[in-house]
Amino acid sequence: MVEQGKILINEHVGKDIWRMELKAPWIARKARPGQFVNVRLSEHTDPLLRRPISLHGIDADNGIICFLYLVVGKGTKMMSKLENGDHLDLLGPLGNGFSTAFQGRRAVLIGGGIGSAPLYPLLEALKAQKKDVTLLYGVKDQESIVCLDLYKENQAEVIITTEDGSAGEKGFVTAPFEALLKNGGIDYVYACGPGAMLRAVEELTLQYGVDGEISTEANMGCGLGVCLSCSTPGKDGKNRKVCTDGPVFKMGELAYE
Amino acid sequence: MSKVKTAVKIGALTMKNPVTTASGTFGSGLEMREYVDLRKLGAITVKGTTLEPRSGNLLPRCTETPSGTLNSIGLENPGVDVFVADILPQVAAYETPIIVNIAGSEITEYGRLAEILEKEAAVSALEANVSCPNVKSGGMALGTDPDLVYQVTKLVKEHSSKPVIVKLSPNVTDIVSIAKAAAEGGADGLNLINSVLGLAIDMEKKRPALGNIVGGLSGPAIKPIALRMVYQTAQAVEIPIIGLGGIVSWQDAVEFLMAGATAVGIGTGNFLDPATTMKVVDGIEQYLIDNGYDDVQDIIGIAWKNQRDGKDG
Repeated sequence: MVEQGKILINEHVGKDIWRMELKAPWIARKARPGQFVNVRLSEHTDPLLRRPISLHGIDADNGIICFLYLVVGKGTKMMSKLENGDHLDLLGPLGNGFSTAFQGRRAVLIGGGIGSAPLYPLLEALKAQKKDVTLLYGVKDQESIVCLDLYKENQAEVIITTEDGSAGEKGFVTAPFEALLKNGGIDYVYACGPGAMLRAVEELTLQYGVDGEISTEANMGCGLGVCLSCSTPGKDGKNRKVCTDGPVFKMGELAYE
Repeated sequence: MSKVKTAVKIGALTMKNPVTTASGTFGSGLEMREYVDLRKLGAITVKGTTLEPRSGNLLPRCTETPSGTLNSIGLENPGVDVFVADILPQVAAYETPIIVNIAGSEITEYGRLAEILEKEAAVSALEANVSCPNVKSGGMALGTDPDLVYQVTKLVKEHSSKPVIVKLSPNVTDIVSIAKAAAEGGADGLNLINSVLGLAIDMEKKRPALGNIVGGLSGPAIKPIALRMVYQTAQAVEIPIIGLGGIVSWQDAVEFLMAGATAVGIGTGNFLDPATTMKVVDGIEQYLIDNGYDDVQDIIGIAWKNQRDGKDG
């Protein structure tokens, strides 16, 4: 479904990171944590393709959705220039989303950089089921830490790592993650972030005999499952479309080259 | 009932309006059901089918370029047997003509595919893909040689009683000679153009942006190339042409009809707005009504008649 979302807030919240709230009742009602929206930034032909942006907030009651996005190229730069009251052409919600029903009580959510964006609606859904949640949040530096209070408001335990040591523990999320796994008691792991992080997290999770899901990304043409631009191999030899079979996959499902 | 006549014919295939899809941009059609009333289209041209399943090329397979997209999918598909058994019956339920795009790595495979699909009543026409820029054998390697295009076309015709459309590559010096070869081979129609061979560089990674190095450029960036080829080819051959390349609006589609295309295909336009095909169907009809035409045939090739002579001064 294509919906014209009305921008309510579009604010700079951290290093190259923006947060946008939109009135988009149809998408807000339909969306699940881990799904994304394909955003059209020009009614002309440049930029041509829609940009897949994951849902950072889903408020069905008030008909509001939220994006947390990193300005990396032409499309996201245009997005950052939009003002309150402007409309944005939204196609979605797309993709499968996280499965929020796991056996057990305690989940670890791991977000690398802007990959933390889809974890917030997931946290809300898990908290609604009275699950215990630890968030591991890995970023480059202190300036890249955003929306921390949102997680704390939801009583998540938060562990921060920065590559330069300017906040939290110095290094990558994998060190504190392995420490948590060693302590035991973790029932499920969700991760979203750069490919190298996902691979390391997936390897550790499976090594410790825990189940989990990763949210991946790939260059997409359509977001609808027709162009096969994002088709990526699974361990069973069959390809998965990141846009419609994903972006969330079970840990151990995808093959790495 | 429509006030104007919009039906067109490609050989024995009748399309109730001149709008179809570009193979590989619309899946089998089923993926687009939520956005498109499949019954409204003149025909559905499905994703390229090969004898054996193909897993496609390395990622990244797609990157954006100015007003275009460069892709290298590599004909990923489940193979003709799965297509016939699982997909075709579901698409057939929409009662819109189905054009099946077929691709082989060697010439004989086109004949075999035609033979297999000949048994399927739900297949309305075949589109021989001799122009895919993203596979190592077959594809464009065939479509740039008039003799091979003639051979493929003739072979498919020999194995099929269905209308045969040949999808041509723009990556040739003389599109007209290739088009004539297909016509001589017995083609009932032509489809042009497939994507234009191109390259993009990822400056950050200091290497080609696509896993397959080169890819096919599509989208509005190639529209003038496509229009020129349709314009020249439509005047040189008797068989009808499905024109495509960068159509994202009904206005683009009308331009292709004026250039001599009998029908049009929507490709990358589906990605911008999944309802593009339906908007083009409505837009063409409204254009005809607004301009006092009672048949779409009246504007096909009209640009040739109105062309001014090209003499200096």
